[in-house]
Amino acid sequence: MQQSPTPSRFPAMWTSFMSWVDRRFPATETFEYHMSKYYAPKNFNFWYYFGVLATVVLVLQLVTGIWLTMSYVPSGDGAFASVEYIMRDVEFGWLLRYLHTTGASAFFVVVYLHMFRGLLYGSYREPRELLWLIGMAIFVAMMAEGFFGYLLPWGNMSFWAAQVIVSLFGAIPVIGGDLMEWIRGDFLISEVTLNRFFALHVVALPLVLVMLVFVHIVALHHVGSNNPDGVEIKKLKNADGIPLDGIPFHPYYTIGHDLPGIVLFLIVFCAIVFYLPEMGGYFIERPNFDEANPLKTPEHIAPVWYYTPFYAMLRAATYPLLGLDAKFWGFVVMAGAIALPAVLPWLDRSPVKSMRYKGSISKAMLAIFIVSFFILGYLGTIPPSKYATLLAQVCTVLYFAYFVLMPWYTRVEKTKPAPERVTMR
Amino acid sequence: MKQSTWLLPLLLIPVLGYGSEGASSWKMQQFSPNLQDKPSLQRGARLYVNYCMGCHSLKFQRYERTADDLEIPHDIFMTNLVFTGQKIGGLMSNALPSEKSKAWFGAAPPDLTMVAKLRGGEWVYNYLKAFYVDDKRPFGVNNMVFPNVAMPDPFLELQGTPVLGCHQDAKIAENGGEMRDPLVPGVKITEEKCGYIDVVEGTGKLNAQEFDQAVYDIVNFLYYVAEPARIERERLGLYVLLFLVVLYVFTALLGREYNKEIH
Repeated sequence: MQQSPTPSRFPAMWTSFMSWVDRRFPATETFEYHMSKYYAPKNFNFWYYFGVLATVVLVLQLVTGIWLTMSYVPSGDGAFASVEYIMRDVEFGWLLRYLHTTGASAFFVVVYLHMFRGLLYGSYREPRELLWLIGMAIFVAMMAEGFFGYLLPWGNMSFWAAQVIVSLFGAIPVIGGDLMEWIRGDFLISEVTLNRFFALHVVALPLVLVMLVFVHIVALHHVGSNNPDGVEIKKLKNADGIPLDGIPFHPYYTIGHDLPGIVLFLIVFCAIVFYLPEMGGYFIERPNFDEANPLKTPEHIAPVWYYTPFYAMLRAATYPLLGLDAKFWGFVVMAGAIALPAVLPWLDRSPVKSMRYKGSISKAMLAIFIVSFFILGYLGTIPPSKYATLLAQVCTVLYFAYFVLMPWYTRVEKTKPAPERVTMR
Repeated sequence: MKQSTWLLPLLLIPVLGYGSEGASSWKMQQFSPNLQDKPSLQRGARLYVNYCMGCHSLKFQRYERTADDLEIPHDIFMTNLVFTGQKIGGLMSNALPSEKSKAWFGAAPPDLTMVAKLRGGEWVYNYLKAFYVDDKRPFGVNNMVFPNVAMPDPFLELQGTPVLGCHQDAKIAENGGEMRDPLVPGVKITEEKCGYIDVVEGTGKLNAQEFDQAVYDIVNFLYYVAEPARIERERLGLYVLLFLVVLYVFTALLGREYNKEIH
């Protein structure tokens, strides 16, 4: 069934080596399945950079993390000093640390943009529901990874942010108090907590993340990538079984699209690492230049920016209900806000996937959702006040409305017909 | 690509720094650090070890690093700036027992390695200039920027005796401008304003200008100590970015060749 073999571009020695390997391990087969014979839609645009960028940042975090671990001391007495030791005495330690701290923020930037792309083009729709769910699991694991890592510098904001977040579990009725103690391993955030957070941050969650990312890619390559038109390229294939609108992922996307994109990302990333690593207190918060001190509460405790939209929703719940206090409902609202995107595949009833062909209500709801998310993100960084809380409550309702009303507005609105083939615009 | 890229600027909503705590009547003066000014940093280091380090350690920084970055030869550094018999490779700690000092002062004097990041250089600069004589306080001095601070004025000898006073000063109109006498052109309408710090003449070793410079040098030094890698970071960053820009040009050209094949 194979045609006459095409003359190889590689030297004979390499070809015979690879055939030796291939008889024992599916190296060429795997490469072809995932790269050179994985057909991706040819109309990928700007929004399709962020998946590969997330992978780049993940690798960066793993590599810098390994080197930081070589000099970091996970103890109550030594943690804070060891971070300064890395910043001063370890050769290029400052670079490793800034790459890692900026990398944490960059990870969330690219993943939020990656998720936004999913919302924009309906990438969560059938047959990509599992792909989306695995992605949501990655997001939750990332949030946990970031939270555990934030305690490690043992700065005063590390301490108090962990204190605030762990105390959220105290709002759960009956078991709350014991649960808090179980998480901390102590009656307050202490060296015991620091040690277990260290173990979770450097071993447990990176393993989980790498495995989930692997499964995410396996699922993606099984169903094939969505595209800005939201049409299935696998429906129309040529005589060889290759999608008419598909191009081999390698080299057209790896070198043609992603490589310059990665370099462009690195330019922005390195500009921050070298010239604005603290980002005016948003990437490294000021009170964290002071060592953890249980007797000295910072004037204003705010989580790092990537949690602030959810933190603002947590604080927006101010009414006790059903005999449970407001803090518990805040916890429920926050957990709901994080979990709700997972059910998107079953909420979207539109006949089309992409925002290009959806109706005006969908477009407006997405715009309102994004604006609310940004406002909530800002409100989470400032101390609460009467009007800020009111605004946060309005934005929380709008955030949830995007999901809760979706089954209704995606069905009633007038959509444009999606094309048969992808469009190049 | 074009259709939805407009959303990107939304993601770049300005990122502004957190404000530092201000003082009610003290007008914050600007502080702009200069790490290229080695003489200033050297003077700052000398002033710091003489006037501050007895109480405030720099326990995360090493003497050797300081000497090398500030371009002070090791032998000169050892004889003039290390008083405690420590080695050049040692950390810049002091001999103040923290438990006892807590009893003496009410709070142990904090380590100041990162104070220029924790509170900001501007805050430290203003704080050091805001001491004044106040008999109600245990150390006989108070501070306009950090009211009721439990710290003596370390610069009485240099600055002289700072006293809180009132001046006749131009009255400020509602629109923010200085008020002028409508009948006598050019003459300001004045009122008595308080909260000025005046130094009793002849009590200090330095005049006002020299003292300002001394405080600037100390804070400039603290700014350096807070992140000694900053000079190297900003120098190296330029080369990294230049390399990446050149790399981008080549990768973009290569990418374009591949994209030509897509129809």
